[in-house]
Amino acid sequence: MNYFPDEVLEHIFDFVGSHKDRNSVSQVCKLWYRIESYSRQKVFVGNCYAIGPERVAERFSGLKSITLKGKPHFADFNLVPPDWGGFVYPWIEAFARSRVGLEELRLKRMVVSDESLELLSRSFPNFKSLVLVSCEGFTTDGLAAVAAYCRQLKELDLQENDVEDHRGHWLSCFPESSTSLVSLNFACLKGDINLPALERLVARSPNLKSLRLSRAVPLDVLQRILIRAPQLLDLGVGSYLHDPDSENYNKLVTAIQKCKSVRSLSGFLDVAPHCLSAFHIICPNLTSLNLSYAPGIYDNELIKLLRHCHKLQRLWILDCIGDKGLEVVASTCKDLEELRVFPSDPYVGQAAVTEEGLVAISRGCQKLNSILYFCQQMTNAALITVAKNCPNFVRFRLCILDPTKPDAVTQQPLDEGFGAIVQACKDLKRLSLSGLLTDQVFLYIGMYAEQLEMLSIAFAGDSDKGMQYVLKGCKKLRKLEIRDSPFGNAALLMDVAKYETMRSLWMSSCEVTLGGCKALAKRMPGLNVEIINENDQMEFVGGCDDDRQKVEKMYLYRTLAGQRRDAPEFVWTL
Amino acid sequence: MSVPLEHDYIGDSSMEKTGDVSIITPQQKSTTKFASSLSMNLKATELRLGLPGSESPERDDGSSAELCIGLPSSKSSVSRPKRGFSVAIHGGSGNWVFSPGAGGPDNNFSSPRNNPAAANSEQAPKDGGLPPQSSPATEKKKAQAAGSGAGPASKAQVVGWPPIRSFRKNTMASHPTPKNSDVVEGGDHNPNSGGSASSTSACLYVKVSMDGAPYLRKVDLKTYGGYKDLSLALENMFSCFTIGQCGSHGVAGRDGVSESRLVDILHGSEYVLTYEDKDGDWMLVGDVPWKMFIDSCRRLRIMKSSEAIGLAPRAFEKCKSSN
Repeated sequence: MNYFPDEVLEHIFDFVGSHKDRNSVSQVCKLWYRIESYSRQKVFVGNCYAIGPERVAERFSGLKSITLKGKPHFADFNLVPPDWGGFVYPWIEAFARSRVGLEELRLKRMVVSDESLELLSRSFPNFKSLVLVSCEGFTTDGLAAVAAYCRQLKELDLQENDVEDHRGHWLSCFPESSTSLVSLNFACLKGDINLPALERLVARSPNLKSLRLSRAVPLDVLQRILIRAPQLLDLGVGSYLHDPDSENYNKLVTAIQKCKSVRSLSGFLDVAPHCLSAFHIICPNLTSLNLSYAPGIYDNELIKLLRHCHKLQRLWILDCIGDKGLEVVASTCKDLEELRVFPSDPYVGQAAVTEEGLVAISRGCQKLNSILYFCQQMTNAALITVAKNCPNFVRFRLCILDPTKPDAVTQQPLDEGFGAIVQACKDLKRLSLSGLLTDQVFLYIGMYAEQLEMLSIAFAGDSDKGMQYVLKGCKKLRKLEIRDSPFGNAALLMDVAKYETMRSLWMSSCEVTLGGCKALAKRMPGLNVEIINENDQMEFVGGCDDDRQKVEKMYLYRTLAGQRRDAPEFVWTL
Repeated sequence: MSVPLEHDYIGDSSMEKTGDVSIITPQQKSTTKFASSLSMNLKATELRLGLPGSESPERDDGSSAELCIGLPSSKSSVSRPKRGFSVAIHGGSGNWVFSPGAGGPDNNFSSPRNNPAAANSEQAPKDGGLPPQSSPATEKKKAQAAGSGAGPASKAQVVGWPPIRSFRKNTMASHPTPKNSDVVEGGDHNPNSGGSASSTSACLYVKVSMDGAPYLRKVDLKTYGGYKDLSLALENMFSCFTIGQCGSHGVAGRDGVSESRLVDILHGSEYVLTYEDKDGDWMLVGDVPWKMFIDSCRRLRIMKSSEAIGLAPRAFEKCKSSN
């Protein structure tokens, strides 16, 4: 091969951005491996137990940014006990010891303690960006440490975390000299906020582009903040309660008019909906709107707001929008690419949207490529129509609130509908199924879903064949999560080598037995096969009884790090 | 790695038992050692997530929906302590229902192969056959069709379904849609003056905290006619936290109507009701006329009487004088 100086290769690799591509580049030859490794600055670790932090630090000596994901996806829905694992502390500690020049830490579903936040804030002088999604284990004291000691902090983004709130002093911990903030999102905090400190912080942050407030920030403060930060691109309104005749409201209208750059709007956690018209003026500029935490906005006020949003590309909404409201979206938001419709009252088990809303959207929004749709019912005919109208889906997640509901009109399983989706959408990477489904749907998935990377199955299928079709057919499958479906050992053990090509497999309330899991673990030492044994459901007695003991929750994943040492008592690694 | 004692949020009985158990650290775990160490000890721990067990006689169906968190009581249970506050409020009945995994004996999704006490596992009556029939779901719907205000109807929900992040579930539960909720009646359409300055408003939300309770509530003082109504409402709201404490006092105290009844009830259960006034001082509820009270009240606090030393003597006097 021609000789290129290392620097040239490195420069070329700079243009290779995605993790997948960089991984491929590193496989070409030893030289490329070496150069790619020391030049890679952003590292993505999809499963924090797949590899140890020391190894990561050693291989990627130029590491500046790391993304880590911890718990299995179903942990979001309370299927994983709280102490299962996913601790970030060992990573921060190892990086601190190895003197990694960490600048960015992005975590999802991990346990983050105040100690780890404190260690983080003190160990990395160039630290700039902290993004925590669906994490837990920390309090506002940890945030105070980050605010106080990360002198170069640009981004503090907290999304849907479970944070113990010790009230609002953490905001005042940003030193007066700190002026570098670009993005601040504390919408998920539930406690009071030091409002004057917030205002002062905004006032001295000229680069602030994204600000998402919590419920504790009232209207008058919002108005003053907007006056100070008209350059905002992304705004999350906290509390929006006020008297429409008040002076404050009028001042707000003036302030909003100056925010010509806002492209993304969210929040409205507490809202007086008839005063939303103040925001109509910025709606035509919006590309992203998230009202999924605003149950107070519905019916006419919601429709009125949406009618102004012609440029919307991303919409997250509650199902109180109704099918009629979705028709309005379909006729207004022609550029819509991503839609998420959440149930406004998950406990009652009634959703306010049906298949009609979805069909309407598919007719009006030709660019739609990502959908998450919680609905009351669905039909095959609707899904077939949607597939025809929108063949560009990359992510398709449908959740019928009654998990085994058949076609609402024909009472048939929804196999044909989902079959149409996978057949039409050649680029489909992520799929979540629901409704009454037989093995047939998995036959279709195995046949057509060639690009599928993540599949979520619940209450579906008749026999092992279902899972076997998927394992055989979906060559690019990386994550498979199954609950309450009749797949057993025959499916689990059909192709054990496949699991090393995948990130992880989750099976809960299925038919796999302890014997099956043990057999799998024995044949595949490169996998951690974990059994989550809550409530003493199982006895590890060994012997022939294993095959009669059904495993309630199994999570397996490929790993280079061997059995993890921080597993709690109820997690057995086979 | 420590034993997951958080599971014992219920309280004393389980906690004592862990003293008998040798704590198995992950280092000790290996396939060869499992058989001996675990089979002996896991039974002894009786760490249970979820309901104390359907065998338990206290679990009568009439109140199957009243599951409480927090203080030790025979009726309390919890699913996941950290994410365990996914509690739905239904109607104005004040009954608390645990949704994910809440099913007790009524849980239609309980799997035969699992310990009924392990009511928190997601279950489906599967034996390798078809997925659960629509009947559990229809039953669930019937319960709901009876009206979302039908408090005691248990919610027989499957754990982890619908698949919504617990953060979202918890947030929506504590701030329900105005259409469905009685508690937030009228609130979302009106200015909220709970503490904020701009209040020429039609409602008056103030926070109510109770010592020892894991979260606060908000009440609209304008919806109550007087101290009696307020005390009834607060009693409903916080009953599950005091139920272990009241014993015979709480129920027996319901003998008449007076402005200090609130103090009586809560005093019977070792609590007093206090409020923070405009000047930031903590005052005993019941001293001033109702109208004056709601004008000056900024927040309420149900305080342990042991902490209310300065206020408590007046409570005694007031009780005696008005009874």
